[in-house]
Amino acid sequence: MATDTDIAPAPTETDHHDHPAHLQHHFVSSEQQFDSAKLGMWLFLITEILLFSAMFVAYAVYRQWHPETFVAASETLNVTMGTINTIVLLTSSLTVALSIHYIQKDEVKKCIYNLGATLVLAGGFMVIKYFEYTSKFEHGAYPGGMFDPHGGHYAQLADVPFASQFFSIYFVMTGIHGLHVIIGMAVIGWVAVRAWMGSFSSEYYTPVELTGLYWHLVDIVWIFLFPMLYLI
Amino acid sequence: MSTDTQNTAVAQPDEHEEGENYLNHETSVWSWLSTKDHKRIGVLYCVTLALVFLAAGVLALVMRAELSGPGETMMANDTYNQVFSMHGIMMVFLFLVPSIPAILGNFVLPMQIGAKDVAFPRLNLASWYVYLAGATLTIMALLWGGVDTGWTFYTPYSKTTGGGVLWMTSAIFVAGFANIFTGLNFIVTIHKMRAPGMTWNRLPLFVWGMYATSIVQVLATPVIGITMVLLILEQVLQIGIFDPSLGGDPVLFQHFFWFYSHPAVYIMILPAFGIMSELIATFSRSRIFGYRAIALSSVAIAMLGFLVWGHHMFVSGQSVVSSIVFSLITYLIGIPSGIKVFNWVATLYKGSIWLQTPMIYALSFLFLFSIGGFTGIMVGVLSVDVHLHDTYYIVSHFHYVMMGGTVVALLGGMHYWWPKITGRMYNETLGKIAAFLIFVGFNLTFFPQLVLGAKGMPRRYATYADRFTELHQLSTAGSGVLGVGLFLVLGYALWSLKYGEKAPANPWGAATLEWTNVAALPDPHNFKRTPLITRGPYDFHLADEVFGGGDGEADGDQGLRVPDAAPAAPLEPSRDA
Amino acid sequence: MGDFWLPEAASTIAPEVDSLFLFVTAVSAILLVGVTGAMLYFVYRYRRQSPGERPAPVEESKLLEISWIVIPTILVLLVFNWGFKSYVKMHAVPSEAYEIRVQAQQWNFLFEYPNGVTSDTLYVPEGEKVKMRMSSADVLHGFFIPAFRVKYDILPNRYTSVWFEATKEGDYDLFCTEYCGRNHSEMDKVVRVVSQDEFDNWLEEAGTSEDIPLPELGKQLYSQRGCQGCHSLDGSEMVGPSFQGLYGRTDHEMSDGTTLTVDENYLRESILKPEARIVAGYNNLMPGSYSSLSERQLTGLIEFIKEQSDKEPPASDQGQTTATN
Repeated sequence: MATDTDIAPAPTETDHHDHPAHLQHHFVSSEQQFDSAKLGMWLFLITEILLFSAMFVAYAVYRQWHPETFVAASETLNVTMGTINTIVLLTSSLTVALSIHYIQKDEVKKCIYNLGATLVLAGGFMVIKYFEYTSKFEHGAYPGGMFDPHGGHYAQLADVPFASQFFSIYFVMTGIHGLHVIIGMAVIGWVAVRAWMGSFSSEYYTPVELTGLYWHLVDIVWIFLFPMLYLI
Repeated sequence: MSTDTQNTAVAQPDEHEEGENYLNHETSVWSWLSTKDHKRIGVLYCVTLALVFLAAGVLALVMRAELSGPGETMMANDTYNQVFSMHGIMMVFLFLVPSIPAILGNFVLPMQIGAKDVAFPRLNLASWYVYLAGATLTIMALLWGGVDTGWTFYTPYSKTTGGGVLWMTSAIFVAGFANIFTGLNFIVTIHKMRAPGMTWNRLPLFVWGMYATSIVQVLATPVIGITMVLLILEQVLQIGIFDPSLGGDPVLFQHFFWFYSHPAVYIMILPAFGIMSELIATFSRSRIFGYRAIALSSVAIAMLGFLVWGHHMFVSGQSVVSSIVFSLITYLIGIPSGIKVFNWVATLYKGSIWLQTPMIYALSFLFLFSIGGFTGIMVGVLSVDVHLHDTYYIVSHFHYVMMGGTVVALLGGMHYWWPKITGRMYNETLGKIAAFLIFVGFNLTFFPQLVLGAKGMPRRYATYADRFTELHQLSTAGSGVLGVGLFLVLGYALWSLKYGEKAPANPWGAATLEWTNVAALPDPHNFKRTPLITRGPYDFHLADEVFGGGDGEADGDQGLRVPDAAPAAPLEPSRDA
Repeated sequence: MGDFWLPEAASTIAPEVDSLFLFVTAVSAILLVGVTGAMLYFVYRYRRQSPGERPAPVEESKLLEISWIVIPTILVLLVFNWGFKSYVKMHAVPSEAYEIRVQAQQWNFLFEYPNGVTSDTLYVPEGEKVKMRMSSADVLHGFFIPAFRVKYDILPNRYTSVWFEATKEGDYDLFCTEYCGRNHSEMDKVVRVVSQDEFDNWLEEAGTSEDIPLPELGKQLYSQRGCQGCHSLDGSEMVGPSFQGLYGRTDHEMSDGTTLTVDENYLRESILKPEARIVAGYNNLMPGSYSSLSERQLTGLIEFIKEQSDKEPPASDQGQTTATN
């Protein structure tokens, strides 16, 4: 009946004295802390999806309005590079998953190797993206106001109405995605350093797991971007 | 559990109250700026938001002063446009949206569910700093020439007008993260940090309100974030998403904007519903009538709230069919709000009603929010909205909901939790006078605006036709009364900090954990022992720890105040940091 | 109650909107009195008698809860249905409606009739269905005639329309209801409802603009095309430079620091290509839509501006006729 005077349940009492270093004071158990972190991460991923979905809506609306523009403009994108990038990013998702797998088995070294591989693949993605961007810029395919297509198969775009809009959407969407890749690289690097310093084990590997979740999201967004911008 | 333990607990002297609490265990400025304590963060937010409310409120008074005559009375059109824009932007994005969750949610929510803190205390502190960054950008916007777009930033006007629009949109983008952090934190906290025995059916309704709010915050805020980014890119790079001259569509902007800003209305009002339930239950000392209906209708409103944004656009150029669908869903969302009002009134039935200041605010809320709701039904009627859209009727409608609802509930909540936050009582007589002034002033300000709007006075007008003069002057007079009431609150609140009577642990005889199990001024870790919950939040008939055993008549305390409840936790000092 | 709340009703749709408005207001008032009354009664009846009072919990009544879910639902669906029907009526433009073009720009409305007549007062015949086909030259605007209970936004990238049938002769207000910048609140016009005969006469008379002298035409254009929104005739400071004493100025300073003499060609360029040279201290906020003025209109406008100055014509304009005669 009385709320207050009851003795608190056992876990609080015991945990106070032999709690592990990573357990923050306001949590009762490592499990509670891990569950909270994971739920928090999922919620964060939902906000990310909503962030991108607004851009997808803009894409859908203008594709509906100017279908021929979108077809003509998307032909100038380099499908080969896009495909390579897709493969690169998918592979990086695998390596990040492996890193979680290994840390769960306390194989810290293999975990770090896989994080490193993810980092390299992410870097590769950005390098390819860089070449794609510069080849657009060379032909004046800038976003929005500076749009001035010339040379190669870009020249014909000069006559297509609202072609600049496609490139605006292309640059905004891939740009924000690229920003996520860069943030992901920083986080993965930080996690790798911490793993190297021995902060993680099968007992506690929350940051590795959460980074993995985030990286999968970055991957999934690209999986939608690639066909929408390059293929259809 | 056993009455024996119970009675001993009650019998314990409360000397401990004078000891360490969340305010005095560390006192340096740095300890505040680096605090991860949810209560201190609540206080930081309280001070910051009070300043914003003051600034935006003064702007409102300035607007009303300008509108005291039909022509130009004290400022040019441009200035007036900036004033109403800044009033709207600051009130909505920087005050109302964060207000109740950031102040009272932060302070009260963990205590109400028996947690030591929110799930992510560092993120919580980050939220305040991010908010400050947003506020700083707002100041930059002012320095850069101000903003005259209205709080809606409709394109293409917001693109053509210069000044601080870039700064302001960045500010809203940044401040949005503060809300996401808070919302995310609360959802996880409510899911994972509840004390043993705190089942979903035993959650105080304030927690349910915060839960529903947080869902909306997390789902809606990213959309305004990206919309603001696109608006910034539109200005900087001419990307042509919203600018019609580049192939974009201004109506798409409105869809994006209202996809956030309509749910944002629920971000503002759902926490107010939560406060209302606490106030009504405590001050009528009876169980909330239809607990489940109130709890679940909040969640229903949060969900449906995402499907009604188009009712802001009945005359904006969207298709007739979408207008009809949006109107229908709008009605569906009106019903849960109505249910709540009926349930609150029914809670009063056969209660024991104590008219203290917080309860007066709660009753004002019932009246004002009802008008807000009914006028909402009115503007949801398709053909009538055609007449009322973009007139003072709309202005008045949302002030009845936002100010008569959210701000009045916030004031009630601040009075209610003031003893817990500051350890002091405010002056009850002044409190009642101020509540009365606010109620009268509010109605005097905004009821004439309903009539003005119905008569066809468009909103956002710096000057107006002569025939509207009298009603405008009435409204201006009301704003003066309202202002006096609010400043009175500020005055006695500050006074009570130093001179107020020391508050007991449970001055209202409330039955939720922050009153029953927490010292008068909370301990840095809230509870000395993790509480075990065995009853619902408003089961006053079971709350023997508050009233002593027996049928409640046994208590002989004849003082003005309800018998002081004993802080329920056992008193052994067994905290290890 | 209608007079207290609503303005005069002067269109066929207005009574329908009004009765719906008054119905919702009345039902709301009844419910509000009920809720407030119950609240105040309970507050008095069950006021706390002693501090330790603990009332017994009240059993919840399912029937009560269901009834206050079902009854409001029925009420709102009724209101929705009613509102939806008149909304559809508002949007189904009758095919025989007489069409008037509305061009909105910051901060002016221009009404163009099928025979090419333009006017800054909206003349409409009583008892005839009139459709407004609206577009904007710059930002969003709104078209609102309170007495007719019609409103719609005016967009820059598509046509929108409203229709109405006026039922009472007289002058009514027309407001812009979508915020459009500095002089939003001054963007209003007069709607003049006249009998069909009177309307026909007016239309015919106004249609003979060929005959009126050039400065007179310019004066008309000055108010019709919204010049008065930004350029004063009395030297007062507005969004754009005043026309008073403008023509013939020899020290007209530009934003790039150069000065020039205001002659006819400069005026012409400024009207057709406002962005070409910007006067110091001003921003280029002038719409580009004036390039569609006819030569005669342009000349008229320039003549009108010239009349606003008593300075000597500059040398560049001496001894030559204007660009067109």
